[in-house]
Amino acid sequence: MATELDKVEVVTVGVGWTGGIIAAELAKNGVQVVGLERGKPRDTEDFQHIHDEYRYAIRYDLMQDLSKETITFRNNRDERALPMRQLGSFLMGEGLGGAGVHWDGQVYRFLPYDLEIKTHTDEKYGADKLGDDYTLQDWGISYDELEPYFYKFEETTGISGDADSMPQSAPRNNPYPTPRMKETPVTKRFKDAASNLDLHPFHIPSANLSEAYENPDGQNIQQCQYCGFCERFGCEYGAKSTPNVTVIPTAQETDNFELRMNANVTEVLYDGDKANGVKYVDLQTGEEFIQPADIVVLTSWVMNNTRLLLNSEIGRPYDPETRSGVIGKNYCYQMRPTATGFFEEEKFNTYMGAGALGAAIDDYNGDNFDHSDVDFIHGGVITVNQQGQRPINNNVVPNDTPNWGQTFKSESLKYFYRTLTVGSQGASMPHRNNYLSLDPDYTDSNGYPLLRLTYDYTDQDRSLHAYLAERSVEIMKEMGADHVEASEMTDHYNIVPYQTTHNTGGVIMGDDPETSAVNNYSQMWDVDNLFVIGASAFAHNGGYNPTGTVGALAYRAAEGIMQFREENGQLVQGKKNTKVT
Amino acid sequence: MADEKDAKKQSEMSRRKFMKNTGYVAGGAIGGGLLGSLLGTNFLGDNQQTSPENTNEENNFNRALMYFTKQSDFDILRAATERIFPEDDNGPGAIELGIPFFIDHQLAGAYGHNDREYMQGPFYPGSDFQGYQTRLKRHEVFDVGIQAIEKQSQNDFNASFVDLEGEQQDEILQQFQDGDVDLKGVTATTFFELLRSATIEGAYADPLYGGNGNMEGWVMKEYPGNYMSYIDEIEEEEFIEKEPKALQSHISS
Repeated sequence: MATELDKVEVVTVGVGWTGGIIAAELAKNGVQVVGLERGKPRDTEDFQHIHDEYRYAIRYDLMQDLSKETITFRNNRDERALPMRQLGSFLMGEGLGGAGVHWDGQVYRFLPYDLEIKTHTDEKYGADKLGDDYTLQDWGISYDELEPYFYKFEETTGISGDADSMPQSAPRNNPYPTPRMKETPVTKRFKDAASNLDLHPFHIPSANLSEAYENPDGQNIQQCQYCGFCERFGCEYGAKSTPNVTVIPTAQETDNFELRMNANVTEVLYDGDKANGVKYVDLQTGEEFIQPADIVVLTSWVMNNTRLLLNSEIGRPYDPETRSGVIGKNYCYQMRPTATGFFEEEKFNTYMGAGALGAAIDDYNGDNFDHSDVDFIHGGVITVNQQGQRPINNNVVPNDTPNWGQTFKSESLKYFYRTLTVGSQGASMPHRNNYLSLDPDYTDSNGYPLLRLTYDYTDQDRSLHAYLAERSVEIMKEMGADHVEASEMTDHYNIVPYQTTHNTGGVIMGDDPETSAVNNYSQMWDVDNLFVIGASAFAHNGGYNPTGTVGALAYRAAEGIMQFREENGQLVQGKKNTKVT
Repeated sequence: MADEKDAKKQSEMSRRKFMKNTGYVAGGAIGGGLLGSLLGTNFLGDNQQTSPENTNEENNFNRALMYFTKQSDFDILRAATERIFPEDDNGPGAIELGIPFFIDHQLAGAYGHNDREYMQGPFYPGSDFQGYQTRLKRHEVFDVGIQAIEKQSQNDFNASFVDLEGEQQDEILQQFQDGDVDLKGVTATTFFELLRSATIEGAYADPLYGGNGNMEGWVMKEYPGNYMSYIDEIEEEEFIEKEPKALQSHISS
C-alpha cells in the first residue's frame, strides 16, 4: 500500500534543467514545489576526481543505470524490438542535474524557421516537397514570442558568445552575457577556411564560461580552464553552467522548494480529467508513496516524459497505422555527417579543450540556403569542436586501416593529434513510421513496460547527410588537410555507436489539439493541470544542440504555470477550439 | 624467456627514443615518475618503484588474478591482447602495459557482471543494429571466447594458441572478428569486439585500473593524462608535450 503524503501545490518529476528551472522560478515567486529525482545528489565537490576517461566516458558513471530501466528498439514495425542492454547511441542522464551535469554546454537558439517550418516549407517549396509521410508541423509559437525566454536561459547560465559574428543565426535583442571563449589555432583555421569560402563563421555560444559570472539570481559560475573533460563529465570548477550550480541552488535558497532524492516516479495519477499527483518508489527503502499535487510537471528526459504518460494512460497514444493520436509521435534524432581531415605535417593541441569550444557556420542550416534543387529541407550547423581529445575514445585512422594489430596501433598513435573533424548536426524531420510506444514484452525493475523506440533513417536524412558531408569536406580541404574522409550512413540507424543525445519528440507542442500534445506553455491539451516540458515538445529536431531551446520552453512553461494558478483552464485557445476526448 | 628479454630491450630502446625526441632530459625539467619509466631500474636506485620492470612484475601486488582461475586461460588472453596491441617500435604492447591484468580485474567487477546493464530476458538474437543481445554476462563471454580460441587453434594448427606464430594467432582472431566461429550463447564477433575494446581501454585507461603500465600507453600517444588547466596554453600554435600525470596526483593524503 502506498503511503499518501500531504498535498503540495506543484510536483516535478525529475530535477535537471527543466525541473530546476521550474523549481527556481516558482519557488522564487512563493510557490511551494516538491522536486522528485530518482538518482543521487551530486555537486561540484563530487567532481574532483573526474578526469577519468574510463570511468566516466567509457563506463558511463554519471548516466542512467540500465539494469533498472532502459528502452527497447527496432528499426521498423515488422521487427521485434529488443532491449538496449548497454548505453550507446545516446546517453540518458540520472541523478541531480540530470544530463545537464554532463553536457558539453553548446547553447543555440533554434531558428525562426524551425518554429514555423511547415508553413514556411509549404509556402516556399510547395506542399509536396517532402511528401505525405513526413509529419511536419509548426510549433504553435513564433520566434518573437519565444525570444525573451531564450535570453532568460542565457542570462541564467551566463552564456559566452559573440552575437555580432552570427548574422545567419536566430536574431537577438541582447548581447551574450559573457564574451566568447578563446580563439585557438583550431577554431581560427576553421574560421579562415570558412571565410575563404564566403561562409560566415562564428564562435559556438558556450556554457563553459569565458569568465567568472554572477547570474541574476546571484549564483556564481566560474571561468572555464579548458581542461578537456566536459562531455560525459561533471566540472570540478563549477565553470560549466549546470542546473546544480544555477537553478537548483536558487530554488533551494528559498523556503519553498523541497528536493527528494532516490524518488522514482512510476505513474501520474489521473482521474480522466485532471492529474491528482504522482506515485513514486523510494529506491532506498522500496516504499511506495503518493504525492498529491495541484499541478504536476513532467520534467524528465524526452523518453521518460513520453513513457510516463503512456504508462499512466494519459493522452491519446500515436498509432502509425491510422496516424491518429499524439503521444509518442514525431520522435526525431539527428544525422552526424562529418569530414575527417588527416594532417601529415602538423599536430594540434587537441588534448586541451572544452565541451563548447569550437567554431561554426549557419550557412547550411535551416533555410539559410535555397532548397529548390535538392530533395530535402533544413540542414544543420557545421562546426569544428575542440573538446579535449582522450585516448580510449579517439583512435581515428584512415578508412583502409584495420581496427586492431600493429598497423592500427602505429596509425592510431600517429594520427591522434594529426586529425581534425568538421561535422554537422543534421536536422531530423518527423516521419510517420518513427515513433515511441510501450513495449509489449519487456519491463523495468518496477514491473512497468519499457518504452519502445521504432526508428530508422528516412530518404530526407540520407539526402541531407550526403549534402552536409560534402560541404564539410569542402571546408576541411580548405583547412589544409592532406587527406579528407567523409562519413557514410549505415544501411539502417544503429543503436550501438554513440551518435548524439539530441533525441526529441513524443509529447510535441503545437497549436492544434488534434495533432499536438501540449500548447505553447507546455500545458497538455487534454489535462489542464499537467505540464510536460523538455525536448519531448519539439515537433521536429533542428540543426543545433537542443538545450537552449529546451531552456526557453521551460521558462515559458514556468510563466504559464504561474498564470494557470490565477486563471485555471487552458492558457491557449486551440486551433480547433475543442478539447479532443 | 629469450623473447621476453628481447622484448624488454626493444621497449627500452623505444623509451629512450621517446626521451630523446621529447627533450625532457636536455631541458632538465624532469619528473621522477616519467624519468623512472624512461630509464629503467638503475638510474634512480633500486628502491624506485616507478620502473616498468619493477612495477610491472615483482613489486606490483595488483598483478595477480582476480577473475581467472586457470593460468592457462589467462595466458591465452595475454597472447590475444598482445596481437591486438603488440609491442613495436612505438613502445610496449598489451602484456607489458598490464592489459591482461586490467581485463582480469574488470571481469571480476561491475563490468564483468554487467551490473549497470539491462540483463532481463527474454533473449533473442538481434539484428546488427540492436546491439548486445546475449544472456551471457561479459565475464562469461570471455570464458566462452577464450575456450573457443584454444579450440579453434587446435583445429586449425593442431597446437595451443599460445604456441602459434603471431600471424597464425592473427588468423584465428580474424575468424572471430568475422564471425566465422560458432560459440555457445554469443556470437564470435561480439566476443572479439569486447576483447578488442577492452584491450584498447586497458592501454589508455588511467593506470589506477592496472593497465597503461607506468602511463606508457599515454607516453606513446603523447597524452598528458590529467591536468587541471590549460587556460594559459590553449592558444599556442606549437604542439606542447607534457609529462603525463595520473589521477593519483589528485588524492591528498
